[in-house]
Amino acid sequence: MTLMTAADAPLALKIRQLRKVYEQLVAVDSIDLDVYTGECFGLLGPNGAGKTTTIEICEGLLEPDGGTVELLGRDWRTQAGELRQLLGIQLQETTFSEKLTVAETLALFRSFYRRSLEVPELLRMVQLDEKRDSRVGKLSGGQKQRLALACALIGDPQFLFLDEPTTGLDPQARRQLWDLINELKSSGRTILLTTHYMDEAEKLCDRVGIMDRGRVIALDTPRQLIASLGVEQMVEYATAGATLEPGVLAKLQGVRAVSSLGNLTQLQVAELHQTLPALLDTLAERGIPLTELRTHSATLEDVFVSLTGRHLRDE
Amino acid sequence: MNNSSIAGHPLYQLTKIRFLEFWREPEAVFWTLFFPILLATGLGIAFRNHAPDVIKIAIVESGSKSQSVASAVAKNPGLSAVICDEQTAQRALATGKVALIVIPLSSDQVVYRFDDTNPDGHAARALTDDSVQRAAGRSDPVQATNQFETEAGSRYIDFLLPGLLAMNIMGNGIWGVCFPIIDARRKKLLKRMVASPMSRTQYLASFLLSRLLFLVFDISILVGFGHLAFGVPVRGTLAAIVLICIVAALSFSAVGLLISARLSTNEAASGVANAVMLPMWILSGVFFSARRFPDVVQPIIHALPLTAAVDALRSVMLEGAPVVSLGSELAVLGAWLAVSFVLAVQLFRWR
Repeated sequence: MTLMTAADAPLALKIRQLRKVYEQLVAVDSIDLDVYTGECFGLLGPNGAGKTTTIEICEGLLEPDGGTVELLGRDWRTQAGELRQLLGIQLQETTFSEKLTVAETLALFRSFYRRSLEVPELLRMVQLDEKRDSRVGKLSGGQKQRLALACALIGDPQFLFLDEPTTGLDPQARRQLWDLINELKSSGRTILLTTHYMDEAEKLCDRVGIMDRGRVIALDTPRQLIASLGVEQMVEYATAGATLEPGVLAKLQGVRAVSSLGNLTQLQVAELHQTLPALLDTLAERGIPLTELRTHSATLEDVFVSLTGRHLRDE
Repeated sequence: MNNSSIAGHPLYQLTKIRFLEFWREPEAVFWTLFFPILLATGLGIAFRNHAPDVIKIAIVESGSKSQSVASAVAKNPGLSAVICDEQTAQRALATGKVALIVIPLSSDQVVYRFDDTNPDGHAARALTDDSVQRAAGRSDPVQATNQFETEAGSRYIDFLLPGLLAMNIMGNGIWGVCFPIIDARRKKLLKRMVASPMSRTQYLASFLLSRLLFLVFDISILVGFGHLAFGVPVRGTLAAIVLICIVAALSFSAVGLLISARLSTNEAASGVANAVMLPMWILSGVFFSARRFPDVVQPIIHALPLTAAVDALRSVMLEGAPVVSLGSELAVLGAWLAVSFVLAVQLFRWR
């Protein structure tokens, strides 16, 4: 896969100064965003960050209070009918009619599109061929989510919106869905997805916009976002009783930043092999017992924490 | 293009799923199709016409005088007499076991004691007096013979059946639209449908269309059953019945659409739908004539869609009224259809 840049791919979605206000809450706070044709763009952020509001405005389901959205070169206000034919949409939570079979549900959605994929072809794509005649009510969570994906794909869309596609699924079902979305990416469709799973964004997205409190606070490829931390590893530890002052920790070799999250202390570390022995020595000198210690490579989660001081799935 | 064949047409698909969702819900099928039959059967049996009751009277014991009254009364099959002392007779009258006490005073003098607010009392007096006078030698100057006839069309079941048909159309129209729409809204399915290129008009139209198709069952089951099982007459044309049912079904579906325009829980919908239907069940003359209500409320009663539907169906089925004579009923139904539909479309919440 080649990475798209502004120079070499046309814009599929252009958002300028987009704003949406609910009563007292500014859900989307004047954001600008570009999604290039053929890329998979992820909006990553905690619940309530404004991801769903943003994606639903792009889907033409919500009216913005300000700003513009240009999707596939078209405008919702004047070309809604045309746009609907070109989009595939998976909403965050949809319960399809439980009395209908998988094939009947797809046949219904298929009838709305001028151009569409064949039902058997689609069933193969989402691996539901064997469930063709099963009632929707009898499907597992992962199967229902794949049916929702199939309904989004049935019009052979140029642009696919996936709002929290794997929320609530078990790890195996999530991985199955990731494989599916990766296949879709290679078929050249543009995808905009929202997620609050950092691993999902890292795995699927060419570029990621991190949202918090209605704003996009960082935007780049997952690799660049992680590299922007300037660290390779994260060290997290907890102690019983006394703690080390941040000033002491900051002076340890290789430590770039210190933060505390509840009773955990987190160190962003450039060179783990130097920092870790130094930390353990210092704790031993002062007789402070460790109750917890772990290290991991920096992730998008750490990017979010370093930007906001909070975890993605705090609350 | 998928729309080239009927099976690929969105209106066909939307209407088809209405059917499938209905048929795959056994309870809905029962309440919609079989419950009206059970109700009609039950009420038809309870209010069936039977032989006129025999009226019981008591004759106060007074030897041969009471015996001669008893033998005179025995010739009348509509009366059944017991001879007893006055105290027992009085108790029987007070408890309604007899309708009349006969107190023979002499061979040419008799006293009748009865409750003159009780119709049976009057009947008993007339019948008893007739028998007593004839036995004493009265001759009737005019010869009279009786002809008995039970007129199909004047029985309770005949009155009831058109009402049940109209009530069924109302219930199915309102529930059949409310529940699926509110369910779809609650499950966010409505939002998902609107996110696709589906036409909103076709979505709403599929409800009206499926209601019209269900009418085939509503009409044929109730009218057919009533006709075959109870001999309920169908004096007007079938076309007139079908026309009224179509207008009524569209009208009640539009009311259902209006009820479900903004609600998003089944509980709220049940409450509102019952609040809308309950007054009509009582006021619109399904089970008893709406004329029993005071004159001041009659204009309101006649403005209700169920009253219009019941009256129109009764006129056609029992009196053979032609469609042209049903202008006011059809106008009431049409007004409900137009107003409810326009309001529903204005208020409808697609999310």
